[in-house]
Amino acid sequence: MHELGIVFYIIRDVKQAAAEHHVSHVSGVVMDIGEVSTVVPEYLTDCWRWAADKEELLQGSALKVNTIPAVTLCGDCRREYETVRYGKTCPHCHSENTWLLRGNEVEIKEIEVQ
Amino acid sequence: MDEVKVIEIKKSIFADNEKDADDLRKELKRKGVYLLNLMSSPGSGKTTTLIQTINRLKDKIRVAVMEADIDSDVDAVRIREATGVPSIQLHTGGMCHLDAEMTRQGLENLPPDTFDLVVLENVGNLVCPAEFDTGAVRNAMILSVPEGDDKPLKYPLMFSVCDVVVVNKTDVLPYFDFDLDKCREHVRMRNPAARVIPLCARTGEGVDAFAGWLLEEVKAWKENQ
Repeated sequence: MHELGIVFYIIRDVKQAAAEHHVSHVSGVVMDIGEVSTVVPEYLTDCWRWAADKEELLQGSALKVNTIPAVTLCGDCRREYETVRYGKTCPHCHSENTWLLRGNEVEIKEIEVQ
Repeated sequence: MDEVKVIEIKKSIFADNEKDADDLRKELKRKGVYLLNLMSSPGSGKTTTLIQTINRLKDKIRVAVMEADIDSDVDAVRIREATGVPSIQLHTGGMCHLDAEMTRQGLENLPPDTFDLVVLENVGNLVCPAEFDTGAVRNAMILSVPEGDDKPLKYPLMFSVCDVVVVNKTDVLPYFDFDLDKCREHVRMRNPAARVIPLCARTGEGVDAFAGWLLEEVKAWKENQ
């Protein structure tokens, strides 16, 4: 359960972006969250509601989550596969010389203002 | 209804912390202070291991400890009483990890001497502390025998960011299905460069190896300053 800590980082970055763009109220924040980033979207939106409503800039704002599917690349056969289904071992050649290409993101994609 | 305007941000929430951590590491290098970030799950024996290790190092180098917990100061008091080295308690305000800025604030609260080694005992947790670079020179983690040899498989990120994995409580190996060779193999799969050091903080067996590694690390960090 570290989603509240993550929410505090999002709020800090959104405040900074709002100041740079001279925005006085944010109505929505869109996140790109990787499937294996260890962030649980439901917990994140719950924590967001609690913390964002305490900030004038973010009162009533919605946090939307885009899930980025996790993809692993095999260093031996150079093929890509679904990380969540097969884990560290390549399903094509059974190599463990593999690394994550996508799926670890915790990124603020965009903010919405009215 | 007003039209919605979208402002593209495209920024990882870890980006600022990574910059803060790199800045802190550079500053520590200038000052000749080696910061070790020690992580583990709750109850793995971090504080006991630390006491044993510090008692082997404190006559050779100047050591201080920062204890990070959500609440209480029991660990900081224990370290101070058992080793005599300066030890301060940091509270994370409900957060499950420390970041580089919190670490910097903690360092500012240490007695104004210069230390050769500062150990940051992170919040007991195998998930979040691994995601936030504290600015430490090295990361070490303690895995205790009762937790099982499969932990590197379940918490891959923690094991992939650690330079050293200490396997603690080796005195209870006969009572658990913990296979040390399997554990080494699981660590190697996640992080081929990590060193595995088995020890027993209660009896002191194997602690010299960890203390020796740390002493060499501190010396190397202070060279070419």
